[in-house]
Amino acid sequence: MALVDVKGVTKRFGGLTAVSDVDLTVSAGEVHCLIGPNGAGKSTLFKLIVGLYPPTKGTISFDSVDITDERPFARVQRGMSIKMQAPSVFRELPVRQNIEIALQGRLSGAQRDAERERLLDHLNLASESGKPAGALSHGQQQWLEIGMALALQPQLLLLDEPTAGMSPEETFKTGEFIKSFNAEGMTILVVEHDMAFVRQVAQRVTVMHLGKIFARGNLETILADEKVAEIYLGKTHAH
Amino acid sequence: MFKLLDGPQTLGRGRTFWSCFLIVLAAALVYPIFADSYDVGNFSYFLIWIFMALGLCLMWGYGGMLSFGQTFFFGIAGYAYGVLAINMGGGSTTIAALVLSIIIAMVAAGILGYFMIWGGINGIFFGIVTLSATLVLAFFLGQTAGPEWHIGPARLNGFNGMKGMDPLAIGDFYIEGSALYYVMVALIVIVYIALRVLVNSRIGNVIVATRENPQRAEMLGYDVRKYQLLTFVIGSGLAGLSGALYTSWGQFITPSSIGLPAAAMPIVWVAFSGRSDLTATLVGAFLLLFGFQTITVYSQQVALVLMGTLLLVTVMLAPQGFVLGVGKLVADRWTAGRRRDATAALPDAGRLQSDGT
Repeated sequence: MALVDVKGVTKRFGGLTAVSDVDLTVSAGEVHCLIGPNGAGKSTLFKLIVGLYPPTKGTISFDSVDITDERPFARVQRGMSIKMQAPSVFRELPVRQNIEIALQGRLSGAQRDAERERLLDHLNLASESGKPAGALSHGQQQWLEIGMALALQPQLLLLDEPTAGMSPEETFKTGEFIKSFNAEGMTILVVEHDMAFVRQVAQRVTVMHLGKIFARGNLETILADEKVAEIYLGKTHAH
Repeated sequence: MFKLLDGPQTLGRGRTFWSCFLIVLAAALVYPIFADSYDVGNFSYFLIWIFMALGLCLMWGYGGMLSFGQTFFFGIAGYAYGVLAINMGGGSTTIAALVLSIIIAMVAAGILGYFMIWGGINGIFFGIVTLSATLVLAFFLGQTAGPEWHIGPARLNGFNGMKGMDPLAIGDFYIEGSALYYVMVALIVIVYIALRVLVNSRIGNVIVATRENPQRAEMLGYDVRKYQLLTFVIGSGLAGLSGALYTSWGQFITPSSIGLPAAAMPIVWVAFSGRSDLTATLVGAFLLLFGFQTITVYSQQVALVLMGTLLLVTVMLAPQGFVLGVGKLVADRWTAGRRRDATAALPDAGRLQSDGT
């Protein structure tokens, strides 16, 4: 069953067409990776799905409801959650409060406090919980933002380059983290450049190029596609 | 409730802070017994403006909305109190006039805020639009000198201002002098406590989150526009409370209490004090008002120039605010001192214990 259904979506910024007539379906319960070279339109498509940009043309449905004209907060209330490309946290507020703000919509009192501590532990941020979020390292801010996105317990988690700035160990751990949430039934859509990470988590892959869908399928099919290798992966990856 | 009073959004927590708070409150309560009525009246006058400063602190420091419109809502409520008090008659109806005038200011804030916030006006443009509204109101009221500008028996009187309204009263008892002072102190305590609870509540969490990163706050499922509007209405309503109390206190109000020099004052008070903390704003605004009034006795121009200089110095040297900076310094020293004492006590405690065994 399709959880997200993007139909014929185009986004133009003046004379530039960032996304052109894109169709994308994300099935419930899958980890779907969106890959492509820089400027392919992946992040723009993300922002269209979450409502940060209105599409110039086309429709977006979530759980069979047309959400094209809904504001981002309404989409989040329906069950979406996003981690942006650059860490987007409340920099002046303590790490603990960042998580609290994300949690307080669905939990309160002792339950909220317990869940906050559990998440901080899980994210390896318990010892940093009193620090302002802006004082964390880039990688830790990425983790914090992922934690804030997860605190909403979304049906659909959108992750835009979640491992940027992370070490290989941290990247692997993030992958396992994502897989554990997927195993609990969460649908995850990821934009990522790190192919090791994509191999680790992806169940289905869509390749974008110049604002259009270039190829789609499982990872093996995509890796075996000569045209994909030419535009993005480099021929050595294909073999 | 107590957790909300001592929450993370407010400096000044724990037994020491609240003991100091009670001492200051006790001193404020006994002050009229030892002071002459002129000084008590002056203190009441200073306290009138504190609500406006606290309202701006909430909007600017906590909500990230720099409003130049505090005197706009001050003026609306001040004039509304005058019109209502004159039209409704004196006595206890003045209390109703006070409440209604604040509601009118809040409705005006709701309308202006709706168009600004839903229209996507933010940052410096928020200040520009609110300042424009303020100047338009001051200009408009300045040209209402003719006899045709009246609402019932209440004449607006142009630059000379409106007068002839009764002060606050309950029956035949006028709330003036010491009585007005005690009402002011009670209102300040109520407003201060209520704002502390608000900013440390779940709503307060979203208000500061919106200041920090509105997009992230929206991506957590909050309609940030509603929280911004709520903050704007409460902050402006507090300016309205100041306006209505001011008219009641002096039984007059003029457009000059709305115009540009007056509109800049709350910004100076809050910037100097430390916009991100209610206690710093409360203390700093009171100190500045006291200083300004003392200097004004000798020269109003000098007082205004000093205020402008103070704003510049604050921006250059202590952008987070002087009072807040001093408060943090004292708190840090106090905490460090206590830690040192505790560390020094530890070896002694160990020795006593081993001696005993």
